[in-house]
Amino acid sequence: MASLEVKNVCFSYDGKENVIEDINIKLNENELVCLLGVSGCGKTTLFNVISGLNKPNGGQVILDGEDITGKPGKISYMLQKDLLLPYRTIEDNVALPLIIKGEKKKTARQKVGKHFAEFGLEGTEKKYPSELSGGMRQRAALLRTYMFSNGVALLDEPFSALDALTKSDIHRWYLDVMEKIKLSTLFITHDIDEAVLLSDRIYLLSGKPGRITNEIVIDEPKPRSSDFALSEKFLEYKRRIIDELNNK
Amino acid sequence: MRKKLQSTTYKYLFPVAAIFILLIIWQVVSMTGLVPNFMLPSPVDVVKAFISDFPLLLQHSLSTMFETVVGLLIGIITGFFTALLMDRFELVRRSLYPLIVLTQTVPTVAIAPLLVLWFGYEALPKIILVVIVVFFPIAVSLLDGFMSADKDTINLMRSMGANKLQIYRYVKFPGALGSFFSSLKISVSYAVVSAVISEWLGGFNGLGVYMTRVKKAYSYDKMFAVIFLISILSLILMRLVSVIQKKSMPWDKSKK
Repeated sequence: MASLEVKNVCFSYDGKENVIEDINIKLNENELVCLLGVSGCGKTTLFNVISGLNKPNGGQVILDGEDITGKPGKISYMLQKDLLLPYRTIEDNVALPLIIKGEKKKTARQKVGKHFAEFGLEGTEKKYPSELSGGMRQRAALLRTYMFSNGVALLDEPFSALDALTKSDIHRWYLDVMEKIKLSTLFITHDIDEAVLLSDRIYLLSGKPGRITNEIVIDEPKPRSSDFALSEKFLEYKRRIIDELNNK
Repeated sequence: MRKKLQSTTYKYLFPVAAIFILLIIWQVVSMTGLVPNFMLPSPVDVVKAFISDFPLLLQHSLSTMFETVVGLLIGIITGFFTALLMDRFELVRRSLYPLIVLTQTVPTVAIAPLLVLWFGYEALPKIILVVIVVFFPIAVSLLDGFMSADKDTINLMRSMGANKLQIYRYVKFPGALGSFFSSLKISVSYAVVSAVISEWLGGFNGLGVYMTRVKKAYSYDKMFAVIFLISILSLILMRLVSVIQKKSMPWDKSKK
């Protein structure tokens, strides 16, 4: 049901040089696809276009066969910062996308309440974001993203603000959650390890203007354990990606 | 446990003791006749005056409070809508902001007599003065609060398909509450003082009217009594604002 296609997308700010050019991406159902690239190659710009916040100068964004180019509110988007509203409880933060869609507060709360255990957030419903750790806040932000999604989510470096230990913790948790829920995910990162560990496919984005230079399939069964991150195979993928990025 | 005891001690015992010592010094000074009694009545005299005139004071403070509260409410409402328009439309902000700042340089005490001339001796000119005084800090602090809303959060809301109204409701309004309340706390004491000042200039009721009357009668003890009453009323209003702030901002743990 939930698949996303980005066709020949170009974008520039105010008619200046293109920031991204000729981007083609395909995201199949329940797939986790990574966009990997150095800072400044237009990853976030691309996400702003896909989410509909910015209109592309050319190209199309297609969700389940429907053209959603330049229409926000269709695809859920999660940023590096958790952006939980400090004055709403976790439960009400997570329910916000449903409330914006016009649901009653009570039914929205009930709907999100079912997922708290799944996301390892039980007991935090009535707390305020300031009472939670960074990792837990990021979990809540992901649950909010999930509640809003029509099956497709964009995650823009969601774990990069966390420290290394919390990060590997949350990777394990993330893989675990992704097994339980159905969500086609496009994921931005500049962390090669993270990309190899989490994704089914990786698009390499580089250059100025940013283009997709390569596509790498990570052919490793899921669920993946953290042992995979220490295996020979993992290093091979990593070496290949580094070589690809350096060639450009 | 001990730490808690200490902090409450610091919070209440020392300031209360300081006030007491000050009162004792004052009492001694006026009892020994260092300062003539009619110029500086002793605290005991002031309390006596306060008690004997209490019904009258109560009646006058009711009208002062009425002007203050009505003026505050109107000031808050107009300030809110002005800030909203200035945040929403850049053109409005650009044209109004300098004007609003400019009006602040006009001393309110100076326009008070004009207001009396224009609007008479009833409550209206007093309420208008309170509105003028309250409007500026409220409008500016709210505008500040609205404009400092996080850009990423607004983008996130937009990506969820939120409309302008929803962005105000869920992001900008609650986000501006903190700065709104801190300016409101200052505004309430300004409001009380402005109401009193405009009552000096003419009127039939109110603590300011009472003040001018007792001044003419050289009843300094009553003068002091009414000054204390005014600061007590300001304190009560400020306290009320704090209580409302706590109730409406339950997430704000720093204000515990």
